[in-house]
Amino acid sequence: MKKFLLSLLCVISGLLFGALILKLSGISAVEAYKVMWEGAFSRPSYIAYIMIRSTALILTGLSVAFAFRTGLFNIGAEGQFIIGALTAAYFGCAFHFSPWLQIPLVLLLSTLTASFYGGLAGFMKARFGVHEVISTIMLNWIALYFSNFMVMTEGFHKPNTETSEFINPTTSITFLENWKVSDAGSTWLAQHDFLREFLRPPVNAGIFIALICVIIIWIILSKTSFGFKLKAVGFSPEAARYAGINVNKKMTQSMMIAGALSGIAGATHVMGVSKNIAILAAHEGYGFDGIAVSLIGSNSPFGALLSGFFLGTLKYSGQKIQSALEAPSELISIMIGAIIFFIAIPVLFEKSINKILKLILKNEGEN
Amino acid sequence: MKLQSIILSFVMIFSSPFAYSADKALRVGMVTDVGGVNDQSFNQSAWEGLQKAKKELVIKASYQESKQDADYPANLETLFDAGNDLIWGIGFKMADAVLKAAKQNPKQKYAIIDFSFGDKTPANVVGVMFKAEEGAFLAGFIAAKMSKTNTIGFIGGMSVPIIHSFQYGYKAGAKYANNKVAVLEQYSESFTDAAKGKAIANQMISKNADVLFHAAGAVGDGVIEAAKEKNKMAVGVDRDQNYLAPKNVITSSLKRVDNAIFEVVADLKKGNFKGGTTQNYGLKDGAVDIAPTTSKMIPAALLTEVNTLKKKIADGKIKIPSDEKAYTVFAKTLK
Repeated sequence: MKKFLLSLLCVISGLLFGALILKLSGISAVEAYKVMWEGAFSRPSYIAYIMIRSTALILTGLSVAFAFRTGLFNIGAEGQFIIGALTAAYFGCAFHFSPWLQIPLVLLLSTLTASFYGGLAGFMKARFGVHEVISTIMLNWIALYFSNFMVMTEGFHKPNTETSEFINPTTSITFLENWKVSDAGSTWLAQHDFLREFLRPPVNAGIFIALICVIIIWIILSKTSFGFKLKAVGFSPEAARYAGINVNKKMTQSMMIAGALSGIAGATHVMGVSKNIAILAAHEGYGFDGIAVSLIGSNSPFGALLSGFFLGTLKYSGQKIQSALEAPSELISIMIGAIIFFIAIPVLFEKSINKILKLILKNEGEN
Repeated sequence: MKLQSIILSFVMIFSSPFAYSADKALRVGMVTDVGGVNDQSFNQSAWEGLQKAKKELVIKASYQESKQDADYPANLETLFDAGNDLIWGIGFKMADAVLKAAKQNPKQKYAIIDFSFGDKTPANVVGVMFKAEEGAFLAGFIAAKMSKTNTIGFIGGMSVPIIHSFQYGYKAGAKYANNKVAVLEQYSESFTDAAKGKAIANQMISKNADVLFHAAGAVGDGVIEAAKEKNKMAVGVDRDQNYLAPKNVITSSLKRVDNAIFEVVADLKKGNFKGGTTQNYGLKDGAVDIAPTTSKMIPAALLTEVNTLKKKIADGKIKIPSDEKAYTVFAKTLK
């Protein structure tokens, strides 16, 4: 009861604060939330878009949460995402195998490279004491510029564009991609409204991959001695060392797994949604959003799942206020930020909730 | 019980059907690329065009900003669901997304800036291209006339067709003004590296060039900076860049995305939507021009010459080359 009240209060005050900001900029808050609600759930295609958008957020959130359990702050999810995306795009173009081999192979390679990239920060921390926040921020930029460099290389670069070549169709994890635009597909879909709408966005297997990852990470963290050791390092490295755990090794391993998760996020994004990578002028923010996802979900795997969906929904439906009510995108970002901010600080409400509960209990006692 | 009713009332508030206004005004929406609607460049110009159309043609205009390349399909769909009569994709980056959306919704009208699908243009899409060479020609003409050293420079972003049209238009304009003028040319292989632009510009200045034109996005900021420091002349691109160096930027070759957008919307309003084609807008349509600040920067006599030239181009009396082949032909006609 208390926990439920707490989360409810957080969400409501977040929404109220968002409403205040909207009101101050002269936009009707009721109207805005109505647009958001409609824009998120009123059509099957919207729900599909939310699923697509949430996939990357869940995985990067999971990545940050996992490292956090070992006491490491993985700011590098962004860079690991880019490395995963780059690997998937590169080998997705280079290989021409059947889908049954191609998809697992490309996914595995992306996981490995991103895992190496994440592990690099963990290794530097363990071996040389370089703080992982510093190293991962630097590695983010290295990943960005390395990716931009690779996009422009001969053979991979699509002429006259700022993007890479598209991946081979056999690398795609989008459901029924060719069928839904074929003649047979569109005739069949014309009679099935729900599926036609639902399949219009690039619905892909990424969400299932994310779900599997959530379950695997949950098992590692709560059912294995490996996970227990990782958590022990997170609680107190000194105590863990005293207990005979190789702390340095655990840090590297933890960052490798975190890197792998962000890499999978990047790979599913390329294989399911974008199908290529482009020159980036700045970070796209998939990894940085992962930090928020992790914190809202109190650094637990299932928390990351729920908060990934939550943030994905907010981000997708928030955009719709723009064309419907002519709200500038900065305002929408501020509103979403305010909502997240309130949700992330339940501590603020804990005391008042206790007071309210006490009052209710007292009243009931008197009655 | 109380809690349940509160939750229930929330659900009721949020789930009441949202009715879009059902008046008959034309609805036009645009999706920006990742630059956003305040990019000081073509996205902003596009929105200005729609706002002008909103006022003068009494339409309903809206925009949807993209944060990531992956947003394009979702944003196009948002505007599709909002019941727009015409949906704009701003910038060649959106070409794939627009093409896909157009195929999925054959009854919806789309238009795209800076991209041509050529013969494969779907019947519900209009491509809008600019005759950049016409603006560049005027810029080259002014540059050659203003040069004291008879040496001018061109800095391009990448060796791609759209930059070639700037390059050869500029060269042609310069040679048209003065066949003895030397044009230095170099590509920066980037649209973002301002430091590189500055280095190339300094190199050209050391080779005696005193007017520099760039078609290289943010690289040009470095070019203009170099011109400012060495007190040479520069020519801006796409929008009036005079504010970057008020004493040095003598003119800018403008791309009026706003006018092109207005033109297409006006056509639509008249029931004359040119679906399945690519529209090439130039000086004649007011979609390409030189900056208004030019009049303050160059002598009045030259300005009169430029205006006569403008009219000649608009009337089609001079064919401006947009690639190397056409340029060679053009150069032979000059004395």
